[in-house]
Amino acid sequence: MAAPAIEYRDVSFSRPGSAPVLDHFSLTVETGDVLALVGRSGAGKTTLLKLINRLLLPDAGAVLVEGRDTREWEPIALRRRVGYVLQDVGLFPHMSVADNIAVVPRLSGWDEARVTARVHELLDLIGLPPDPFASRWPDELSGGQRQRVGVARALALDPPVVLMDEPFGALDPVTRAELHAEFHRIQRRLGKTVIVVTHDMGEAFELGTRLGVLDAGALVAFGPPAQIAASSDSRVRRFLDAVPAVPRG
Amino acid sequence: MGKLFTFWLTHRGELAVLLSQHVLLVAISTFAAIAVGLPLGILAARRPRLAAPLVGVANIVQTVPSLAMFGFLLPVPFIGGVGARAAIVVLILYGLLPIVRTTIAGLNGIDPSIREAAVAMGMTPRDLLRLVELPLAMPSIIAGIRVAAVVGVGSATIAAAIGAGGLGEYIYRGLSMVDSTVILAGAIPAALLALTVDGGLLWLERRLSSRRHRRPARTVRVAFAIVAFAMLSSALVARRSPSAIVVGSKNFTEQNILGELVAQTIEREAGLPVDRRLNLGGTLICDGALRSGDLDVYVEYTGTALTAIFHQPVANDPQTVFATVRDLYARSGRTLLPALGFNNTFAILVRGDDARARGLKTIDDAAREAPRWRAGFGFEFLERPDGYPGLAAAYGLRFADPPHVMDLSLSYRALASGQVDLIAGDATAGLIRGLDLVQLEDTRHYFPPYDAAVVARAETLLRYPGVRLALEGLSGRISADDMRAMNYAADVEHKDIVQIVREFLQRTQK
Repeated sequence: MAAPAIEYRDVSFSRPGSAPVLDHFSLTVETGDVLALVGRSGAGKTTLLKLINRLLLPDAGAVLVEGRDTREWEPIALRRRVGYVLQDVGLFPHMSVADNIAVVPRLSGWDEARVTARVHELLDLIGLPPDPFASRWPDELSGGQRQRVGVARALALDPPVVLMDEPFGALDPVTRAELHAEFHRIQRRLGKTVIVVTHDMGEAFELGTRLGVLDAGALVAFGPPAQIAASSDSRVRRFLDAVPAVPRG
Repeated sequence: MGKLFTFWLTHRGELAVLLSQHVLLVAISTFAAIAVGLPLGILAARRPRLAAPLVGVANIVQTVPSLAMFGFLLPVPFIGGVGARAAIVVLILYGLLPIVRTTIAGLNGIDPSIREAAVAMGMTPRDLLRLVELPLAMPSIIAGIRVAAVVGVGSATIAAAIGAGGLGEYIYRGLSMVDSTVILAGAIPAALLALTVDGGLLWLERRLSSRRHRRPARTVRVAFAIVAFAMLSSALVARRSPSAIVVGSKNFTEQNILGELVAQTIEREAGLPVDRRLNLGGTLICDGALRSGDLDVYVEYTGTALTAIFHQPVANDPQTVFATVRDLYARSGRTLLPALGFNNTFAILVRGDDARARGLKTIDDAAREAPRWRAGFGFEFLERPDGYPGLAAAYGLRFADPPHVMDLSLSYRALASGQVDLIAGDATAGLIRGLDLVQLEDTRHYFPPYDAAVVARAETLLRYPGVRLALEGLSGRISADDMRAMNYAADVEHKDIVQIVREFLQRTQK
């Protein structure tokens, strides 16, 4: 049997001079799952993501990506197999949309024809036609368009795993709903292993095939959406009660 | 204004050379400052603990006046001494601070999420620097380079003081001739050059940070092509003959005349090419240059050599002083040739009006008036043991205020216009005649003899016996009257020094 895409094994992590961020945390993400992690600000959500692409290393325990400890991965190779989408997007303001998407393929030594083909394919995928968007500058895009480009950039090398850190947090509700629909369309085509972090339980239900609820660095609930919705745990109910509309399932 | 254009027109060849030297000095030093400052800035941005002391040291370097900096570097082997090399070192030091500082600011100003995205997508530290950090910090870095280059254009005018050439030569020459036309002839092109450099780099900065024209690669290439062209053409114009005899002089009119006189004598009679490094910033700079081999020959005064160079006690007998100095020079590989024939001692000067109204004839007479007077002295005179301190003691001189420190060449005008009432000038100064000044007699023989004589590197004289022969032909040939007349022609009549010297040599030919 193939190794799970991601596995946290008894991971502890703390920042100097403060309470531990993660305390003996364990979790397994199977290939093709979309795991939505819900938690308040400071619950350790972002730390969990950064442990996967080795922006951070655990103090104790281990994080396994495709069955290999992140300590054993060559960091550059690991990061090129893990797409990363940030809330602030972090597009390079001095590069056109096409160049932003093309950065890593070029660094990986692709020839220009292949790079261009890939950029156009991705722009079509995210619903921004190459004409005129390929030559646009980041500051000429709307927030939603920027986030789409951020997704395209993360997908450039076709990584098996994609991490999304509050990807839609800064967007207005209509744009966010549009992007949720786009997410499902893209995920149906690509079938990636995705970990998406959010503080909005409604969004978690919208996106996740698996849900995890984080509280003070510990996983208090984990399972398919229906199981979480039925939970009677008070720490989970708090999040469920904060959702204004009934989840559509 | 008309005079200025005439000057440029008649000196256009020289102007082109000086402008080219100036461009080269600034371009080379700015590039070197970038090559050193950019990595330092990157390092400091990476390690904040390093940034504070680094910027602190660069700050201190920046506050050292440029002339003092040249002074410090004079005795340093390899990078110091006289000429373009030392000037470039100083200009690099000045250029470092702005470049280091703006590099740090540019790198620290980058949005952290951009950096995080770049690292998370699998960029190596080198990729990150090359593709993200440097391009984003570039407008800030260019702003620093702009400051460095513009400061460089300004500081390079001072470089003329150590014989590095450049437009400062006109400024120094004009100051020593008290001729504002010549000062402007150097100052205006220098100012225009500074504005051009500033404008060009501002264009580059705007272009690199503008939103619509982000073609940094092409823009930088165009800018480099322009700079490379400027440097290449400057290098062709500024080239000097390598095997020439290097003739120096200090930075006042008489010295320029004597330097030119020595140069023409070598050219005419020894038939060798001469590299003129006139207008060097003072006795110690000339002496250092002669010692280090940057200069082959210049004219020194026996009294100055005795006290300022060899730190011997003041002496009053001309023959004894000459013999002492000749021996001291000989011990250190230099040869003092027989004296030229005039004694340029210090002259205590007052306005002709004052002298006639109050019957002032001697320094003793002046000592009586001094408590109501202000005095202005050159820096050298104030400091030297045979200068003001001894004079004040010998004659009991006391002034209303402590003496004002002023440029020697400006002090004649300051006296004539009444800003000060007494100065110490040169006995052979042409302005004494031109401005109706009166020299007071040194009845107590306080001032030692200052017989002018050629001093040369012994090695040069051995290698080129013709040079020795030609220069010995000058001994006893210039009287004090001759010297004052030539100074007058240059300082007051604003005649061309080259022409003055040519006429003198023709007239006194044996």
